[in-house]
Amino acid sequence: MADTGVLETLLQRVEKVDDGVDSLAVATSLGVDHQVIVGAVKSLQALGDVISAELRSSKHWELTEEGTEIAEQGSHESRVFSCIPLEGLAQSELMKLPFGKIGFSKAMSSKWIRVDKAHEGGPRIFRTVESIDDQVREKLLLVQKGNITQLEEKEKNELKKRKLLSEVTVKSYWITKGNSFSTTISKQETELTPEMIASGNWREKKFKPYNFEAMGVAPDCGHLHPLMKVRTQFRQIFLEMGFTEMPTNNFIESSFWNFDSLFQPQQHPARDQHDTFFLSDPAHAYEFPQDYLERVKKVHSEGGYGSQGYKYDWKIEEAQKNILRTHTTAVSARMLYKLAQQEKFTPVKYFSIDRVFRNETLDATHLAEFHQIEGVVADYGLTLGDLMGVLHQFFTKLGITKLRFKPAYNPYTEPSMEVFSYHEGLQKWVEVGNSGVFRPEMLLPMGLPEDVSVIAWGLSLERPTMIKYGINNIRELVGHKVNLQMVYDSPICRLDS
Amino acid sequence: MPTVGVKRDLLFKALGRSYTDEEFDELCFEFGLELDEITSEKEIISREQGDTKASGASDVILYKIDVPANRYDLLCLEGLVRGLQNKYQCDLPVDPMFAALHSPQTEAVRPHAVAAVLRNITFTQERYDSFIELQEKLHQNICRKRSLVAIGTHDLDTISGPFTYTAKRPGDISFKPLNQTKEYTATQLMSLYKTDSHLRHYLHIIEDKPVYPVIYDSNGVVLSMPPIINGDHSKISLKTKNVFIECTATDQTKAKTVLDMMVTMFSEYCAQPFTYELAYRKEKLSGKFINQKVGINESTEKIAQLLTRMCLLSQATGVGDEIEVEIPPTRSDIIHACDIMEDAAIAYGFNNITRTTPRTYTVANQFPLNKLTELLRQDLAAAGFTEALNFALCSQEDIADKLGKKISEMRAVHISNPKTAEFQVARTTLLPGLLKTIAANRKMPLPLKLFEISDVVLKDETKDVGARNSRRFCAVYYNKSPGFEVIHGLLDRTMQLLEVKPARGEGYHIQTADDSTFFPGRCADIFVRGKNVGRLGVLHPDVINRFELTMPCSALEMDIEPFL
Repeated sequence: MADTGVLETLLQRVEKVDDGVDSLAVATSLGVDHQVIVGAVKSLQALGDVISAELRSSKHWELTEEGTEIAEQGSHESRVFSCIPLEGLAQSELMKLPFGKIGFSKAMSSKWIRVDKAHEGGPRIFRTVESIDDQVREKLLLVQKGNITQLEEKEKNELKKRKLLSEVTVKSYWITKGNSFSTTISKQETELTPEMIASGNWREKKFKPYNFEAMGVAPDCGHLHPLMKVRTQFRQIFLEMGFTEMPTNNFIESSFWNFDSLFQPQQHPARDQHDTFFLSDPAHAYEFPQDYLERVKKVHSEGGYGSQGYKYDWKIEEAQKNILRTHTTAVSARMLYKLAQQEKFTPVKYFSIDRVFRNETLDATHLAEFHQIEGVVADYGLTLGDLMGVLHQFFTKLGITKLRFKPAYNPYTEPSMEVFSYHEGLQKWVEVGNSGVFRPEMLLPMGLPEDVSVIAWGLSLERPTMIKYGINNIRELVGHKVNLQMVYDSPICRLDS
Repeated sequence: MPTVGVKRDLLFKALGRSYTDEEFDELCFEFGLELDEITSEKEIISREQGDTKASGASDVILYKIDVPANRYDLLCLEGLVRGLQNKYQCDLPVDPMFAALHSPQTEAVRPHAVAAVLRNITFTQERYDSFIELQEKLHQNICRKRSLVAIGTHDLDTISGPFTYTAKRPGDISFKPLNQTKEYTATQLMSLYKTDSHLRHYLHIIEDKPVYPVIYDSNGVVLSMPPIINGDHSKISLKTKNVFIECTATDQTKAKTVLDMMVTMFSEYCAQPFTYELAYRKEKLSGKFINQKVGINESTEKIAQLLTRMCLLSQATGVGDEIEVEIPPTRSDIIHACDIMEDAAIAYGFNNITRTTPRTYTVANQFPLNKLTELLRQDLAAAGFTEALNFALCSQEDIADKLGKKISEMRAVHISNPKTAEFQVARTTLLPGLLKTIAANRKMPLPLKLFEISDVVLKDETKDVGARNSRRFCAVYYNKSPGFEVIHGLLDRTMQLLEVKPARGEGYHIQTADDSTFFPGRCADIFVRGKNVGRLGVLHPDVINRFELTMPCSALEMDIEPFL
């Protein structure tokens, strides 16, 4: 806050006039620096509508330091002229003077002086005219007296070029009375204090207004990861639909449960080194339900359960190979096998959301590991229409209502359908998931009743998350290269809005 | 998913009508195909090699169509047309020319061979191109890049049967290979093709075998050395009238499928089309089965019509709702009644099926470990820590060297075929992931407080696969001062959340431990009810340096499964 004395003096000045005062004029008349008055204006503005101050700017010409010197003592060339006596002056002497160099060349070009280079004792300078007219000084004197209008534009520029004149912008305030103008000032409080509450004197105080345009202070807090927030919502949706969560905490799986039990033949491309991570340690799995394994072997190599089979030489060595599971369906297979071992079949609805691994080429939307969302329903007499109905309910909870289905191929489901939803933004159908009915060659060797159907679907967790949070590069979302600022800033996840 | 490129106008001519691009896209969708791209040879060349090279190329419009991985019968124009027309020349059949061969010499390298002849075929440039293209598509798909099956085609009029399929030592095989001017031994060929951009990919299939497979005619002319190259002598051309097709394989079923595909697709260009005797299979199923599985209610006759439209000639037998379906040899994908059911559903139109809600009554349960994880995560974020999410796979260095440990002492699971060092092992600890997250976010304001609750993988001989997951909770504090008290405070808060009191015996306590990851004297084991569940401490400066960090850091990692 500026000195109260200055504030009050300023207010008195404003009171005396009707149309207002200029801050610069006030400073001059009070004999204080302009910045003091500017500070007073700012302080008064902070008190509310006491005064109103309009920022003005004006330009005017001012002598530079060198210009002021010339106005007082004459131009360099005239000073050179006047210091040369009639008998002349040695050039070396002249050059010792502070104005010598510039003054010499200017005086030469004005033909006021001449140099006798052949003079004995070195070059000597003589006057060539009797008297001179120092126009530069006169022009500068005009400016100093405030009569700049008498100079022509060309002359001004010439002086500006010689760095004798400069054009300066001056900012000042035009101060007028505000709506709550008063010549006395009361100090405003910034915050309510416990003392004010205790004494009750807050009633008499005026409080400084808050700046509601500014942002608040960010709370000191932790944050959940956006992908996990989306996972929580998907879990919630499955739980709302009555699905039980499968134990998927086993990243290492045998080829048997990951492929063979799903009736995926041993030469299938997915079982290639290019697509699947195999283990060197522990390289093999050893324990399998032996009679079930025999039934799986038979259905692959010879067929059965109404199937031709794949008619190839099924090898236990292939089935034993340990891998990082390529899908959570390996867990679904274990769960369905377990279900088949119950004394009496009971319908089930299962889900899982967990990591799966593919030895794939990585790009902006694919990583070697991602989260698979999977839903499975097993009951008597389920139809393809039921699968589409369940998918419709599931996707409605995600805010997706327009669905259509495309025939597709998947080794362990038949029929298989790709799920497409209409994307309003892109104005086209986009694939949102895969689905199908598990093949009898998968279910019957497990020992499930023949009239039980199992429908299932899956999608990735990363893709809907990237769409939801507008992320283009998957590395910014998953893994250590995550952008923590993005994590800090990400909103809550409501999938249906 | 394989992609087939066909000339649009040829396709429309064969289909007998033209479509707009949108109409054709719709038609494909209903069949489970996808019109992937509309382009031309000119466009492709100009995109891949620049405009200048493309100047002379054809600008005939090409449709690129994605075909499901099991439909080998749709890999050429001829097959696509049959598929899309919903009608099939159902009276295929035949001229058995060549029996399946099986010779003891080839047992160790490539045991099976089958062959057939297309007689009196008339090639045009387009048919010829399609014929070559189909071979290539089959090689890339069902043949698994020639490893399972390799196809050789020959001009029968240049060779004479009977043919011999055998295997010989590479030095003993000598012939003039396709498009070469002189004879080479097999050994020379293998080094010749090392630099061939196309063939070098197939060399590994037989390279390290003691003997290579080879097919001779009765005069000792080499037809081919599968799966690498054919002989030049018997090569086919536009003028070829009789084509001898041989398939050699490691899988006999696949060899037959491939041969059937080649023959059935191109027999329509023979003087007597579709006269190759192939195994037609008949299946019987009930109309009720299809109605029930699909969720529709159609008459037996209607279902038979639907199947016939899908190239599966079907009729109601009159015995109840029985339908007899004839499976053509091109449909090797049909191995069970459910495959027939799917075709009925496609013909009916997936999107015409009424969507219903199953009445399955179930009560939902959460997996207890995940339930605990979900609840803890919420409260750890409320405690001011931010959740990170790191990869389960990493390098050996991350979990051992960088932490000042030996890889042999970690019970880590090792991957045999990692493409890069990032996928050598499954993580045995969450700590390296969090430290890498900090390193990647050094520009963020301090302090950085991170946590993760996720699975690590440990070898465990008691499990069927020899390994198990273990759910861990890890947190780090990174600031100008180590902040051990912050991490210690987080442990106290976690125990409070888990209802474990600070006490020896029945509660939890920490006690000094030695661990090369931590700064000496600044590390403690966490004991809960007398059991060691984890560790906390100030990280060793060497560890901080190895993760490219500059500030002190304290960390906590513990097992959460004991709290279930």
